Amino acid sequence: MKKSILFGLAGLAVLIAVPPFLKSYGIYLFSTWLVYTIANMGLNLTVGYAGQKSLGHAAFFGIGAYTVAILMQHGVSFWIGLPAAMLGCFVVGLVLGFPALRVQTIYLAFATLGFNTAVWLVLRNEEWLTGGTFGINNIGRPELLGLSLESPLAYYYFVLGIAVVLAAFMWKLLHSPWGKAFTALRDNPIRAESLGIHIQTYTLLSFAIGAVYAGVAGALFASLVQFIEPAPFAVGTSFMMYLMVVVGGPGYFFGPLLGTAVGVLLPEWLRFAQAWYLFVFGGAVVLLMLWLPDGLLSIPDRIKARRHAREASAARAANAAKLGVQA
Amino acid sequence: MLDFIQLLLSGTATGAIYALAALGFTLLWQASGTINFAQGEFVMLPAFMMLAFNAMGLPLLAGFALTCVIAVLVLGWGFKRGIADPLLRFGMMPIVVATLGLSIAIRNGVRAGFSAEAHPFPSLFGDKLIHVAGVTLTAADIGTLAAAVLLVLGTQAYLSRTVTGRAMQAVAQNTESATVLGINVPRMVFYTFAINALLACAAALLVTPTYLAKFDMGEGLATKAFFAAIIGGFNNSRGALLGGVIVGVSENLAAAYVSPAYKDAVALVIFMLVILFKPQGLMGQRVERKV
Amino acid sequence: MTVNRRTLIACAALLLATAGTQAQQTVKIASLQELSGTGATVGTNFKNGMDLAIREINAAGGILGKKIEVTHSDTQSNPGVAKGLAQKAVDEDVLAVFGPGFSGSMIVSMNETRRAQIPNFTGAEAAAITAQGNPYVYRTSFGQATSMPKIARYMANNLKAKTVAVIYVNNDFGKGGRDMVTKSLGELGVKVVADISTDPGKLDFAAPVLQAKQSNADVIFVYTNEEEAARALREIRKQGIAKPIVGETVLTSQKVIELAGEAANGAVAHVGLSVDAPVPAMRAFRAKFERDYKYIPDHNCIKGYTGVYVMKAALEKAGKIDRAALAKAMKGLTVNVAKEPGVLMDVSYDDKGDLDRASFLVEVKNGKQEVKEVLPPLGKKGA
Repeated sequence: MKKSILFGLAGLAVLIAVPPFLKSYGIYLFSTWLVYTIANMGLNLTVGYAGQKSLGHAAFFGIGAYTVAILMQHGVSFWIGLPAAMLGCFVVGLVLGFPALRVQTIYLAFATLGFNTAVWLVLRNEEWLTGGTFGINNIGRPELLGLSLESPLAYYYFVLGIAVVLAAFMWKLLHSPWGKAFTALRDNPIRAESLGIHIQTYTLLSFAIGAVYAGVAGALFASLVQFIEPAPFAVGTSFMMYLMVVVGGPGYFFGPLLGTAVGVLLPEWLRFAQAWYLFVFGGAVVLLMLWLPDGLLSIPDRIKARRHAREASAARAANAAKLGVQA
Repeated sequence: MLDFIQLLLSGTATGAIYALAALGFTLLWQASGTINFAQGEFVMLPAFMMLAFNAMGLPLLAGFALTCVIAVLVLGWGFKRGIADPLLRFGMMPIVVATLGLSIAIRNGVRAGFSAEAHPFPSLFGDKLIHVAGVTLTAADIGTLAAAVLLVLGTQAYLSRTVTGRAMQAVAQNTESATVLGINVPRMVFYTFAINALLACAAALLVTPTYLAKFDMGEGLATKAFFAAIIGGFNNSRGALLGGVIVGVSENLAAAYVSPAYKDAVALVIFMLVILFKPQGLMGQRVERKV
Repeated sequence: MTVNRRTLIACAALLLATAGTQAQQTVKIASLQELSGTGATVGTNFKNGMDLAIREINAAGGILGKKIEVTHSDTQSNPGVAKGLAQKAVDEDVLAVFGPGFSGSMIVSMNETRRAQIPNFTGAEAAAITAQGNPYVYRTSFGQATSMPKIARYMANNLKAKTVAVIYVNNDFGKGGRDMVTKSLGELGVKVVADISTDPGKLDFAAPVLQAKQSNADVIFVYTNEEEAARALREIRKQGIAKPIVGETVLTSQKVIELAGEAANGAVAHVGLSVDAPVPAMRAFRAKFERDYKYIPDHNCIKGYTGVYVMKAALEKAGKIDRAALAKAMKGLTVNVAKEPGVLMDVSYDDKGDLDRASFLVEVKNGKQEVKEVLPPLGKKGA
């Protein structure tokens, strides 16, 4: 555990220190990386820790973004829009949790997929509310205690601040009895129920809390890009978010940070491959999965496991030799 | 009334297309628990291969035969050994993500390596218009529907009437017992992958004249196929056909009588209702929850 | 090990961000195109047109003696990515930006280029682009606000239509066009009796075409992307509808003719740019493009090609490689094809970034585009 805290602090140091040296594109990339990381932290709770299947996370991302954007269009401050988005996502997340009580695994995955498509349809068609495919343009950035967050660097630190707060909250949650309940839900729900854990409640909560994270990320996204339209909130993005969580390591605390780096930053580094860069990216994901099915952060565990196995077989060999000698 | 029938028939023809893609997807899940999110690209790739063979001068059916062979090798055996086998024991997540990555790779590989444009594809049946009792259909509509029905029924027959088919079903229902009975489980699973590849090729041959060969043709097709598979029944082959037709017809009727913008919503609502109240699908058998 | 990974990421990002070094001996342009995702066809064709023009210009010595250096970046048809790429272009201090082609992405990146005062050429057609008072944006094709009135006039005056059924694709391109054509028809006293939206990538046009048929409109106006236009044409023929089918550029494009086959015959469209136009420069361009890329260029290819040549003409008029001078030269610029064959047709720019050019009324006959009428530029007509 101590190693994780050290790792986290080191990472935080980099995230604080590096951006001032980057030009606006680099800062924009880092901001995007953090925004998606927040959303994926939520997905990690639902999928990684609670073992549910969710292929509709982008819907909450969209609900968060549009709530804030629409409210700001009508003159409501970002600081009221943000809690509104969080509340809305919490409620809708609870609603999405209900199918999870009835169906499992792949059916649940497709139910969430259907939900995402439904939300996207509403976003696209209800032009009077959401601007339809024309989207909402010129979304402003909030002011924090009188300081304007217009500049890329200022907004980046704002996003970083929120990310740290949310990460801390997640850390507390996961190390509380609630966290144990979630992992029990993932590993053996029937046994968990027999131990008195109310599975229904925790299932619903895993969706709801995950949704809130995506909602906050959506709100931040709206003010980052300052233009939203339905396309980034469709099923394709849900797939990418799922991909990012699994590649990073589901059920690992820093999984989302690493996985989102792969999903957001890796395609950028691959741009040198010209027209083939997405082909290389797809191939890289396949290879990554084949090599590390439990995600990137499973590397330390694997090394540990291999070491244990080696020690165990050495111990066995020593014992056998002892017995051999005795016999 | 005539218009309604026209929409019904049109929708059925389109639905047959979705059914073909759904069928292979269902089989794969049944037999090996593989969720293949690259199913759309498994149809797109053979389509482009056939296009390439056609451009080289081969007649369409010869190109089709050749493509089938390549598909069984690459999309059947290669996919199984390369991706499915190593990842299946780790649960659903790695295989979902691996096939997602695969679909991105194939889609963009074709886009970069071939072209970003749509290409016409020769039709097996031709565009002749056939007028029946005030309703107009093309020869291709009827041909596709007939071929899809034949393929689905043929697959069903193979699975339930032949020894190999029965063995494959045994593997799908209970792998351990199948092994105990002396069935060569890995080989049966391979046959499933091979059949999926063949069905995908057939789908490509029938579908692409309408869909037009484009690097992203797999995306829309795959989504509709997933819906069709779930609605029809994830553990029943005939269900795929029913599911496909339901999706195709409901789209048309919804677009005409409800709202074009929300036409997908009708298929979605049916889909959600099926998932919530009859998750095994309209024709599937109940799957008990394992403890 | 994990700390190293973190540093690696930071270093790589740093390298990326500082990768754009200033080269004074070249004309640096950034090209933001949809090279993957839903806009891939449009973006790829625009890029190919640009590349052909750049190769020709560089082979002939460049602009004012300096060669053009272009970096094409993929926006992935995603406005969020487009915004980032626009910022990158600004970071790299380029002379001009070309693209994106998607209206949504264009509007977002336009904010960045405007702030940095970088001239921005685009093939996007949404009316909103030149309606925001941005002095740094220039079109490479008609906006919908220019093309729709022309085709509306054709439907009202030549076809004597009193009612029109509009089938359009449900995205900002299709809706913008639908809004514009409905408005233009309304001003001419023609009613739109059926407003039929279709999804991008729609397979089965039975329902939309049936609705158009049931509305008994005099004319069917189809405004979708290439594949859907082909399917719509086939369905119209299948259902035996004999009404005139009218569209704008895409409907009678080479691609649609190729995909729809016989069903395309008889379709009429207002076309801003056509490789089959009876214009020698256009024919020459088509031959060159087919030689290099082995397929028939579409209007996006022409946009990319002529856009680069317009920039060249403006720079030569300004006399120096400078952003402010380029922007100033673009206002009220007129380029004659006699002086600069690369623009393929005479073109004039106003101070909003809209262009004025002759256009064509094209009918598909026997699988070929046939120009029925040449519509002179609005400026000349004074209309």
